[in-house]
Amino acid sequence: MAEVSKIKGLQPVSRGPYISAITNKHMNLMIRGVVLFTIGVFLALVLNLLQVQRNVTLFPPDVIASIFSSAWWVPPCCGTASAVIGLLYPCIDSRLGEPHKFKREWSSVMRCVAVFVGINHASAKVDFANNIQLSLTLAALSIGLWWTFDRSRSGFGLGIGIAFLATLATQLLVYNGVFQYTSPDFLYVRSWLPCIYFAGGITMGNIGRQLAMVRIEIQMQTAAET
Amino acid sequence: MTLSERLRQKISDTFYQHGLLCASYPIPIILFTAFCILACCYPLLKLPLPGTGPVEYTTPIRDYSPPSVDNKGDPTDRPDWYLGPPVAYIQQILVKAIVSPWDKNLIPVDVFRSPLSRVFQLVEEIRNHVYRDSAGSCSLEEVCLQVTDLLPGLKKIQKQLPEHGCLIISPGNFWQNERERFDSDADIIATVHQYEPKGLHTSATIKDLLFGVPGKYSGVSLYNRKHVVAYTITIVFQHYNTKFLSSLRSRLKSLHPSINCTLREDQMVHVHFKEEIGIAELIPLVTTYIILFAYIYFSTRKIDMVKSKWGLALAAVVTVLSSLLMSVGLCTLFGLTPTLNGGEIFPYLVVVIGLENVLVLTKSVVSTPVDLEVKLRIAQGLSNESWSIMKNMATELGIIIIGYFTLVPAIQEFCLFAVVGLVSDFFLQMFFFTTVLSIDIRRMELADLNRRLPAEACLPPAKSSTLRARDSQQRCERQTALRTSTPHTITLQPSSFRNLRLPKRLRVIYFLARTRLAQRIIMVGTVIWIGILVYTDPAGLGTYLAAQVSEQSPLGDAGLPPLAVPPVFPGGAPESSLNVLPPSDPTPFLENKSQDDQQFVWNIPAGHVSAPDIAAGPEISWSPGEEEIWRKLSFRHWPSLFGYYNITLAKRYISLLPVIPVSLYLNTQEAIEARHPQDTRRFIPPIPGFDNRVDQLPSKPQVQSDFTLYKVAALGLAAGVLLVLLLFFLYRILCPRNYGQNGMSHGRRHRGELPCDDYGYSPPVSEISPLLLRGHSMDIECLASDGMLLVSCCLAGQIRVWDAQSGDCLTTIPSPGLRRNSSEVWEHQATWELGVELENSFCGTEENLDSAIAEYPLRRRQIPSRLTLFGDQPDLTPLIDTNFSEQTSHPIRKASEGLDGFDYGEVVQQAYQEPKSMTCPQAFPSSPTLSSAVRRHSLGDDSLSSPSRVPSLTPSWPGDWESSVWALELQGNLIAVGRSSGKLELWDAVGGTLRCSNEEGLSGITALIFLSNRIVAARLNGSLDFFTLDVNKPSTLLQHRGTPIRNSMTHSPCYSSDDVITCHLTHVIQCAHQKPITVLRAAAGRVVTGSQDHTVRVYRLEDSCCLFTLQGHSGGITSIYIDQTMVLASGGQDGAICIWDVLTGSRVSHMYGHRGDVTSLICTTTCIISSGLDDLICIWDRSTGIKLYSIQQEVGCGSSLGVISENLMVTGGQGCVSFWDLNYGDLLQTVYLGKCNEGQGVRQLLVLDNAAIVCDFGNELSLVYVPSVLEKLD
Repeated sequence: MAEVSKIKGLQPVSRGPYISAITNKHMNLMIRGVVLFTIGVFLALVLNLLQVQRNVTLFPPDVIASIFSSAWWVPPCCGTASAVIGLLYPCIDSRLGEPHKFKREWSSVMRCVAVFVGINHASAKVDFANNIQLSLTLAALSIGLWWTFDRSRSGFGLGIGIAFLATLATQLLVYNGVFQYTSPDFLYVRSWLPCIYFAGGITMGNIGRQLAMVRIEIQMQTAAET
Repeated sequence: MTLSERLRQKISDTFYQHGLLCASYPIPIILFTAFCILACCYPLLKLPLPGTGPVEYTTPIRDYSPPSVDNKGDPTDRPDWYLGPPVAYIQQILVKAIVSPWDKNLIPVDVFRSPLSRVFQLVEEIRNHVYRDSAGSCSLEEVCLQVTDLLPGLKKIQKQLPEHGCLIISPGNFWQNERERFDSDADIIATVHQYEPKGLHTSATIKDLLFGVPGKYSGVSLYNRKHVVAYTITIVFQHYNTKFLSSLRSRLKSLHPSINCTLREDQMVHVHFKEEIGIAELIPLVTTYIILFAYIYFSTRKIDMVKSKWGLALAAVVTVLSSLLMSVGLCTLFGLTPTLNGGEIFPYLVVVIGLENVLVLTKSVVSTPVDLEVKLRIAQGLSNESWSIMKNMATELGIIIIGYFTLVPAIQEFCLFAVVGLVSDFFLQMFFFTTVLSIDIRRMELADLNRRLPAEACLPPAKSSTLRARDSQQRCERQTALRTSTPHTITLQPSSFRNLRLPKRLRVIYFLARTRLAQRIIMVGTVIWIGILVYTDPAGLGTYLAAQVSEQSPLGDAGLPPLAVPPVFPGGAPESSLNVLPPSDPTPFLENKSQDDQQFVWNIPAGHVSAPDIAAGPEISWSPGEEEIWRKLSFRHWPSLFGYYNITLAKRYISLLPVIPVSLYLNTQEAIEARHPQDTRRFIPPIPGFDNRVDQLPSKPQVQSDFTLYKVAALGLAAGVLLVLLLFFLYRILCPRNYGQNGMSHGRRHRGELPCDDYGYSPPVSEISPLLLRGHSMDIECLASDGMLLVSCCLAGQIRVWDAQSGDCLTTIPSPGLRRNSSEVWEHQATWELGVELENSFCGTEENLDSAIAEYPLRRRQIPSRLTLFGDQPDLTPLIDTNFSEQTSHPIRKASEGLDGFDYGEVVQQAYQEPKSMTCPQAFPSSPTLSSAVRRHSLGDDSLSSPSRVPSLTPSWPGDWESSVWALELQGNLIAVGRSSGKLELWDAVGGTLRCSNEEGLSGITALIFLSNRIVAARLNGSLDFFTLDVNKPSTLLQHRGTPIRNSMTHSPCYSSDDVITCHLTHVIQCAHQKPITVLRAAAGRVVTGSQDHTVRVYRLEDSCCLFTLQGHSGGITSIYIDQTMVLASGGQDGAICIWDVLTGSRVSHMYGHRGDVTSLICTTTCIISSGLDDLICIWDRSTGIKLYSIQQEVGCGSSLGVISENLMVTGGQGCVSFWDLNYGDLLQTVYLGKCNEGQGVRQLLVLDNAAIVCDFGNELSLVYVPSVLEKLD
């Protein structure tokens, strides 16, 4: 009779570099983390630019410098946060045992990112009558984003959690005087901030899930092209 | 029927009708749509074209008054922006200065030092200018534009620009308008250039701003050979005070008269600036556009299964874009003028409208049955998706309408556009896209028909299909008449890349080599580098281009009188020194210089020369172009100047007043007096070297900047090298060393060869140890199992029956074919060894069972020799070769002992009387079966003598020995064997007797299905035979074997060994396929065949009626999966996988995932697993058809695949099997089958009911038990 013992995580078999990158859990995790980090940094820079732009129509010639005019730590922080969120979402999905199946396509993810940028755009560019209106609109938009692209309870919960934590962190930062908002209306920060965080969490989660799912496919395609 | 259902029905019907309409009249509908689009876009013509260049409007300065805020009463042709007062009036005072008697003693710095020093005096004069008349007085402070702080980000130029006061700008600002600072400044050039950006700049620099003239006009340079220095003093007025301005003008003119100046002074120019798009705004914009393109790309990539992917993708994009245009057009038609920045909201509009509907439509239409007519397909596809389309549309409209009630104007406008866009998009989808789709599908159909082979057998007699057949014939004729057949070609990968399985690393290198990527990158890089070098070189193209850009800026040529456009480099004009290139004078410069100097001396006598004396001199001349010197500035000059003070010029205008010319003549004395002490020292070796340098050396700041450039480049290079090294080390640390060094299977091979060594550093190699079933002499070809028994057949034609639980070999059915080839060799040993062998098997206990098994090959070879001895006997060899002791220990055997036990002893006795009776006579009594020997014997004789069997058995043997086994099926205790000769045989699995055979077909049997009492055989010639088994049971002996164990097989009757089984052909479908049938599967009362002719057919098992012919593959079918839930999946040589609905015959989804054949397919409830020739295992989501992930297998092992449970998959590799977690694609465990057979891959893999896995492994079978899997899953 065959010897029987527990099947546990054995050493993954090593193969070609691409394949091992996929099968190797840590490598996979790292690549995904790096990708998410890059996306996060990029989005932070761009969206920050949008916010900086408000009330300023003309820029001095050293515009490029003004992209980095905000404190240096902001983009890395956003990058790290997005990496964590993007890895957390698929992880929680797998922990809960309910793999996310709703609209698992890159086109949908792109749409989600576009809507997220649009929400930021609206928060920065559109003139609202008052802050409450702005916040309510953005909240509705964020919930709409979740409903359109996620629709999972875990996603919603995580998004709320992220929004809460991030707002708390921002409050603390502002309280300690690290930076400040021009016209705070919600304790020390702007009241639309949680909405943006929520939408950002959903978006990064969406990207992270897609990466966790289709990353292999992409690699196969690049390999196929060679 | 509820309301929603009725609504749904209605919508579906409407869409169906609409689809019919669209597909019937494609051309008129497309024309109609195009007309609609054009009509709706017509109002767009009235909208001004977007552009960011400033526009001008010139008014006479005489009786000028600021325009009123509204121009209702003024119907003149003034532009619509010319409303209200301008942001500012700008008065420039153009100062030209010259040190007139140029002396040899003067040093280059004298050219501009003293002229610049006069600026302070002039500015002071202007500041203090007060106009007085009877009405009162007016000072500059009252009319000028008062500015406040600079923008906070501009700390470094804070000192250069005025704050808190009148905006007066002059070069003096470099020294904070303090003469003392200027005098103590040792290096004016450095001060002036300190804020110059290094690279290319299109916006205004500080130097340009302060000097007010383009850089090279200023003459502040060490190599200014004309000795003319020009700069402006710019005064910005907020209010227009004619009197003050004219008094200022006349005062300055009287103080510093310019005699030969003929500049016009009667016109002021108003410049209107459009909204600016700075880089800061551009970056988010570009980002949104990139996201938009990615979205479009990923969306259109999903369009599949159509004739022209690109065409449809284009149609989809056109649909969305023209719906947006229509929306804007309609909105303007109804009086709403877009105020939002169109370019900014455009991506969001596209994203909101989306391409989803289009894709859904395509997918739905494409997945309708191919058999239908095109318009029916379109109609059906439309009506299938009608509900979801309408629902989506309603949802989106609802969301947008909610957005409309936010009452924020911008959002309201956006929503309005989006609503109109959505509606028009829906319209276009329904009319334009559907029609395009129908045309495309029709084209595909035509291409398909061209390819199709002529007659089709056994089509379902459906009306649509006959209709289509007629249609198709017509089309075929028409098509062939139009063009000789250009069939839809299936482009396969070039064979070299399909067959050659290279390591990834090598393939990357080959790719690089093939495309010459590296060379191209280097080439492009070099070109860019050279370009940058040329561009940034101040003496080179950069400045030239910058000059071009600034001169050709829209300020210069926007509908002005031709006079206003100065020639780029006016030939022969006094400013010829402004040319970038040195004057083409070949004479030595020193000489030339001295001549010049002499000329000067001659012209201008040294000492005191009053200005009027020199008035006619050639030194300062005013060309007509200079009256609008500001045109030569960058058109961002004024916006950036105002931008520093956070004043935007976007959508506003400024008024430029005519320039006040001021000429300054300085004599040598003044120039020398103005010198800084250091100037003399620095320029002590002035003239000789100086002139040489003009041509040969680049300018001094350039040298410096070049050095810094090189330093930066060297640093960058070093950093790059460091980074690469760092990454390399990281790679080495993170990755195992043996990546890609010995091919992919290195790790496994190593572990397989040296199992003991591995214990030291890795977990035990195989925690699950496989059970090896040895016995076959050649590679195993066919494998079948029903959970209890396992039948295998090797290339030699030998069939062995194994117990699937214990792995014991129960029966061997030898291949008679071997007798002829190799029997003689063994003949001598035969008689002797036979005895030993038989003794072992007869008298042996459990202990020597293994040795008996080990000797199987030997024994097998002996069998033919016996037969030659007793050639006249019927072929009873299969009956002999039975392990008797094993038989007796078999539980089933025991249970049925005495009733249906087979009489081996008698047969053996009969056949081997002579040799055996001597060697092992006592063996027979010990066998328990012997008790019933006599009775058996008579029965066996009966069956042998029965007429139905004998004729089919005896004469066919010779031919049958030659043929090899191609298909094998096992059910109950019957083995169905399909041979290459076309013969179908039924063997008793336990007894090893031939129960029945049928040789009505001559074509080789490629596949077999054995379900209950039916056998379906697919033959090489494409025909499909349905056999029925008739069992004539002796009434008393009817019995089921092993019922408690074989619960899963209750539906399959067991054939007791004494039933007379006859197998007769009930139905033959002669031409089931045009080409060989490659796959045959059956489940749920359906038989599914797949063939080389690209089609899949579904037959009903009972009456062998063809239900559907499924078309959709563009290659031969290589694998099919069907299960009890009527899920049918098929994979073909084109690498496509189609999921079909067996009930309706329609295609559910269609996926492309493999390069090359799909070799096997398995479905679970949630996913589809496919493997291909490309050694890739893909896992697809069953409902959506999206690929979840894929696993790269080792070469040649891709096809062995099995699913143990819902989320456990097993794959075969090189000498091992691997277990995978299906949900996440994690490798759970790898089990090595043997220690040395590394080279052999697992080609077939069979999952048994008791979670055991059987895989063939060269000439061995391997039985792997995975009970722990079940534990884990529970």
